[in-house]
Amino acid sequence: MRPKLVARGICKRYGVVTALEPTDLDVRAGEFLTLLGPSGSGKTTLLQLVCGLTEASEGSLHVDGVDQIDVPVHRRDVGLVFQHYALFPHLTVAENIAFPLKMRGRDARDVAHRVGEALAMVHMQDYGARFPRELSGGQQQRVALARCFVYQPAIILMDEPLGALDRKLRDHMQMEIKHLHRMSGATIIYVTHDQEEALALSDRICLMNHARIEQLGSPQEIYTRPCSEFAADFIGVSNILRGDVVAGPDGGAALETPNGRFVLPRDARPGARAALVVRPEQLSLDPSSPNRIEAQVRDVVFAGSEQRVVAALPSGEEMVMRLPPTLAAPARGATIAMGWAPDDAAVVP
Amino acid sequence: MTAAIRSRRAPPGLAWLAAPGVAFLALFFVYPVASLLLLSLGDPQTGDLSVASYKRLFTTDVYLRVLLITFRISAQTALLSLALGYPLAYWLAGLPERRRGKALLLVVIPFWTSYLVKTFAWMIMLGRNGVVNTLLAGAGVIGEPLSLINNEFGVLVGMVHTMIPLAVMTMLPVMISVDRRLVAAAQTLGATPTQAFWLVYYKLSFPGVAAAGLLVFISSLGFFIVPAFLGGRQQTMLAQLIITQITELLNWSFAGALAMLMLIAALVAVALYDRLFGMSSLAGGGGRGGGDGWLRRAGLKGLETAAAAASVIAGAARTLLGPRLARLALPAYGAAAIAFLILPTFLVVPIAFTSSQFLDFPPPGYSLRWFETYFGSPLWIAATLRSFGVAAMTAMFATALGAAAAIAMANSRGRWSGALFALFLAPMIVPRIVIALGMFYLFARLGLVATNLGLVIGHTVLALPFVVVTISAVLKTYDMRLDQAAATLGADRKRILWFVTAPLIRGGLMAAFLFAFITSFDELTIAIFVSGGLATTLPKQMWDDMILQLNPTLAAVSTVVFLLVTTLLLLTETARRPRGTR
Repeated sequence: MRPKLVARGICKRYGVVTALEPTDLDVRAGEFLTLLGPSGSGKTTLLQLVCGLTEASEGSLHVDGVDQIDVPVHRRDVGLVFQHYALFPHLTVAENIAFPLKMRGRDARDVAHRVGEALAMVHMQDYGARFPRELSGGQQQRVALARCFVYQPAIILMDEPLGALDRKLRDHMQMEIKHLHRMSGATIIYVTHDQEEALALSDRICLMNHARIEQLGSPQEIYTRPCSEFAADFIGVSNILRGDVVAGPDGGAALETPNGRFVLPRDARPGARAALVVRPEQLSLDPSSPNRIEAQVRDVVFAGSEQRVVAALPSGEEMVMRLPPTLAAPARGATIAMGWAPDDAAVVP
Repeated sequence: MTAAIRSRRAPPGLAWLAAPGVAFLALFFVYPVASLLLLSLGDPQTGDLSVASYKRLFTTDVYLRVLLITFRISAQTALLSLALGYPLAYWLAGLPERRRGKALLLVVIPFWTSYLVKTFAWMIMLGRNGVVNTLLAGAGVIGEPLSLINNEFGVLVGMVHTMIPLAVMTMLPVMISVDRRLVAAAQTLGATPTQAFWLVYYKLSFPGVAAAGLLVFISSLGFFIVPAFLGGRQQTMLAQLIITQITELLNWSFAGALAMLMLIAALVAVALYDRLFGMSSLAGGGGRGGGDGWLRRAGLKGLETAAAAASVIAGAARTLLGPRLARLALPAYGAAAIAFLILPTFLVVPIAFTSSQFLDFPPPGYSLRWFETYFGSPLWIAATLRSFGVAAMTAMFATALGAAAAIAMANSRGRWSGALFALFLAPMIVPRIVIALGMFYLFARLGLVATNLGLVIGHTVLALPFVVVTISAVLKTYDMRLDQAAATLGADRKRILWFVTAPLIRGGLMAAFLFAFITSFDELTIAIFVSGGLATTLPKQMWDDMILQLNPTLAAVSTVVFLLVTTLLLLTETARRPRGTR
């Protein structure tokens, strides 16, 4: 099946500043793709290029096989949900939602019908006659979503739509967005800097850094097989051990670090130097693990569903280990040996 | 994070929108005022270059005295307006937003009420047989009537009454922006309530106070209505002198020199202010917050002394009154100040319905005869209609020019738009009498004296600052992302303007139109020179009548003018309230 959106070599420069390096990206129809990255990583620029609020310096952009580069914003079949909603303050909720339909010249009965449907979709049936300023932040966000879904654009773009909401409401709205996505089958490109949000929502994550794509893959791929230290560090908590690659037992490879020598995963094809990424939940106190590292317990944090043990390596670096909440935690100051199965960890250049 | 989306995408080439306004001001404001300078340097008889007029000014006792009187009265007016206006503004700033809006209207109405109407009201209040004397004599407090007008007291009452609203409206935005929690924070850090007020709140509100002082001082420099009717010979001010030089003596050179002097005084005040506070606080910005050096240190020292003194007085008052009464003091003052601003004008209304030929209060009986006189007089009706027409034309011109300029400024940044803004505000800072004189000189050569077109041009110059300030304020809060949102939802440039931008700034446009209308409808300074004979405006007709003899017809006219302006203001308030606020 042809991808919904195809970008080839698209880039944006402001004078000597590069906001986005030449980038290739395919987005599948019906996919939920998240652009994830820190400030200035180019994710918002990429979003603006797709909707046309920014003109590309070079490159091509096709939606459903149609070239978009010379199409003005209002002719592109995209919807954008703004971070601060951008609801029209002089229009009621219903009038806001009707706006894109009116711009498309739909007749009044059709408009009324669709607005009603869209309001029902976001559970705001009773709020049609209100003005935006009479709504809470979460309600305004629902209206912004309805205003976007109501005209069924080919692609829906969301620019940190939950950034202004508090944590609890954000979790709730994440579920609603996921539900809307499933119900409508829309193709969604979602921008966020919150890795948990990206993991929870996405079919695929496009991790961005320094104005280019760092890694593109499913949340699971990116979490378990990060391609770089940045990717490992940005998503989830990582313990990173750096060292030189040497020959290991059974013809495999091992990593020589200041804290000891560790067996690398079987499929690893590292160069001369590499880093080993071990997630906290991959560590255990199991004495039978082939890779073991000695450390002194600095702190034990009880977090309800887990306990986090922070321990200092001989080199002074800290590692974090996750233990089940029922297990008796080691005492502060105690020396422990943490172990992991070589194939669980990931190797990055 | 989304800085790129948030930033306005300045559509290139909107700067030209300011061009018509700039050209208009260059031709009808900058050029006439500049030509006054040349005029003042010409010999009255031969027209050769000479400083004779200035020499005469500085060597003649009478003129020097008028200069000193003008500065003294202006300074006194500024100080009194600040002292009386500050607590009122402080009270307003502390009110919840909706109540503040309503209370503020009671300050806005006297601000826009015609100077002539207000002065007429004070003549009725303070005259020998006026309201105050009648009441006091009736109560047996005084035997002989007090002389309350035709002296410095009368002038100051009239000027301060006129200027308090300007002072309050200038101070208020700065005061509202001061975070009152800082005062509480200062108290938790060990300051007494009075110290906390003076050293924190007062200091933070000071840029507003200074801006108000500047505007009041400059406006007062050019006053002539109040001193003409409420003052005596000892209170003759510079603007009266200028009018006499032109209308009676036709001495252009000397009038030019007087006007230059007034302009220089105003500019010196502005420069001083700019040095100390920065121009931005005049436009409601934060300002630089004072320079460094001895002036600032001396100021701080003074403040601390004031704080200590005030804290002793306030402490004593609190123990004397008890905490409950002390808490009522501010609202009580606010109400009294608003009564002072509003009541004199209201007194004109019953007098308009008097059956007597005189301005007695209370009226011996009631009748409609003075309204009949007004509406039956072709002279009054012609003047009224002319004022209406001129005001409508002015409002249209000024709104068109000013809105275009405001949009251009909102879309450009940097030094450029700052200079533009200063140019469009300048007609508010240069004393009106100076503008009027320069314009008269220009119009005399263009054949525009005693024409409606001349009046419209002159009034447009005066109305432009109000229009630009009003529309700029609306545009400042305009969220450019709404334009982007509309674009992504399928609206092209034209539809964005029509469905989004226009409805959102419509209130500002209507308010600007009405402010311009009122400015023109009420304008006398330019009308004194430029209108006359067949082309008399309503304020000019009132002025002529008031000089000749006070009569109840004036009360009837004042009532009509007052009601009209108040109605327009209420309309403006409704227009400015955006849809979606209930």
